[in-house]
Amino acid sequence: MNSAAPTNSPAMLMQEVQVGSLRPAGPPVLSGVNWSVASGEFWVVAGLAQTGKTDLLMLAGGLVPPLTGSYRLFGRDLRELGEAGLAERLQVAFVPDHGQMFSQLTIAENIALPLRYQRNLDAEEAVREILGLLEMLELLPFAGAWPASLSRDWLKRAALARALVLRPRVLLCDHPLGGLGIRHRRWWLQFLDQLWHGHEYFGGTPMTVVVTTAELAPWQHAGRRFALLRDGQFLPLGAWSEVIQSADPTLGELLTQAPQPTL
Amino acid sequence: MELAAKNRFDGAPIASRMGEVQKDLAKLFEHANVDFLRSIPQPKSFTDYLGRKLFLFLLSLQGIGAFALITLGVLLRKRQVAVKVMQPRIRQEIRRSGVDLLPMFILMALGLGFLVVGQTVAALAKVGAINYLGSTMVIVVVRELGPLLTAMLLLARVGTAHVIELGTARALGEVEVLETMGIDPVHYLIVPRVIGMMAGMFSLTVYLIIGSLLAGYLCAFIQDVPLTPGDYFKELARALSGLDFVLLGLKTVIFGFFIAIVACYHGLAQPLRLEDVSRVAIRAVTQGVVVCVLIDLLFIVVYLLALA
Repeated sequence: MNSAAPTNSPAMLMQEVQVGSLRPAGPPVLSGVNWSVASGEFWVVAGLAQTGKTDLLMLAGGLVPPLTGSYRLFGRDLRELGEAGLAERLQVAFVPDHGQMFSQLTIAENIALPLRYQRNLDAEEAVREILGLLEMLELLPFAGAWPASLSRDWLKRAALARALVLRPRVLLCDHPLGGLGIRHRRWWLQFLDQLWHGHEYFGGTPMTVVVTTAELAPWQHAGRRFALLRDGQFLPLGAWSEVIQSADPTLGELLTQAPQPTL
Repeated sequence: MELAAKNRFDGAPIASRMGEVQKDLAKLFEHANVDFLRSIPQPKSFTDYLGRKLFLFLLSLQGIGAFALITLGVLLRKRQVAVKVMQPRIRQEIRRSGVDLLPMFILMALGLGFLVVGQTVAALAKVGAINYLGSTMVIVVVRELGPLLTAMLLLARVGTAHVIELGTARALGEVEVLETMGIDPVHYLIVPRVIGMMAGMFSLTVYLIIGSLLAGYLCAFIQDVPLTPGDYFKELARALSGLDFVLLGLKTVIFGFFIAIVACYHGLAQPLRLEDVSRVAIRAVTQGVVVCVLIDLLFIVVYLLALA
């Protein structure tokens, strides 16, 4: 079990939530989602393509409200948060699937942007603030590079740095291992684990981590919790031991991927 | 919502789809957007076709109006937010919509001066109507041609770039990423463009008018028109009133605001795929021209009322 034991108050609580599709707008992609994520938990949400993994994360990040049902972020209803609840929303960081760095900003400028905007810092002040983060994520050599000149491996890592720059309590990663080389996959698995247990850069405070994936094998770990998205439903599975005992054919499909690095 | 509205008609014959649309107009207005209406097969009747076009036009105006109000609200409400990030962005947009276009506008001013102003001065002198020089120049260049030509050039040169940039950012999911960082996309992406466009539009119109009037005199001088520079500028100054300055300032700022709004609305305010970007760029330019002409008509009414 994770040394960072979850506290009682859920960081995210969804009750009978209906998740709409963000792009393109359309009918609900998930219905009846009941999901409680306690602080300090590590959740792996698995599903085949087009099952609503990204939409669920977008909702979890407070980007879109639920179509129906209630979603409470740190105990406050998402609909009531508004602009006054920005501080709560910024406690949840999102790492998109493709990195989505802004092409007209350098990697360092991209990473510093949320910090500069939220704290009204000029460029030099912000760069000083992010140096440690760049070093920790091995991004210093690419600080002045344009996103177009970087490989997907490094773009995703830069997106992770941008998500971490405001020191969030919850980290949502959309397909963090998707399209990465073997070395980078291993790095991500180790680093997310360190964040979950409490990275010294963040004062040793355990971070709540939620990842989506289309392959379960790399995420096997006794302390992690798993859920499956299938047929428009959110199905909590429990721990890894319950995942491997399940006879669900979709799970079988998600488990029989090519061997990947694990921890 | 868009897809939900589409799905209501999927699989139904075209005639019944149209019937459904006509029966349930209020609901359609609530649910459908411009793209949905465009996706319905074209009606055969000409009146239906005109009705469709009018309906689309009204929907677009509604969307642009709402977007303009949202932008104005953000512009005023968030003027003290992230000043150290926004000021460089605003300066960058002013440079892009103003300073960088100065060489092109000098050329345009020379062209306008030689092709229109110079010939008009020469023609007026030939028929002994040089007394009308001032009022003719003020009506043609100051009130109409200067602002409208500047608006068209800015729309083509900068407006299209805005649509493409924002449309691409929208299609690639960068706008959603801004929201995850607690950054208001309207504040970060639209406000600098709107301010830049308003400032650029005003300054470039002034430069274009001054440049074309100077070039016009040069052209008349080359043609041996018996007119001293003193008389030429005295005529111009006599024809200009305080109202011209006020309305020129207002017109250019409003042109700039709406060109930026139309461009940004098409680039940002609706979900896009990459392949949609070129299509919305064309639509933005067309609607930008229509909006500028409508604003110009409104100003003609103001001038006429003021003169009356």
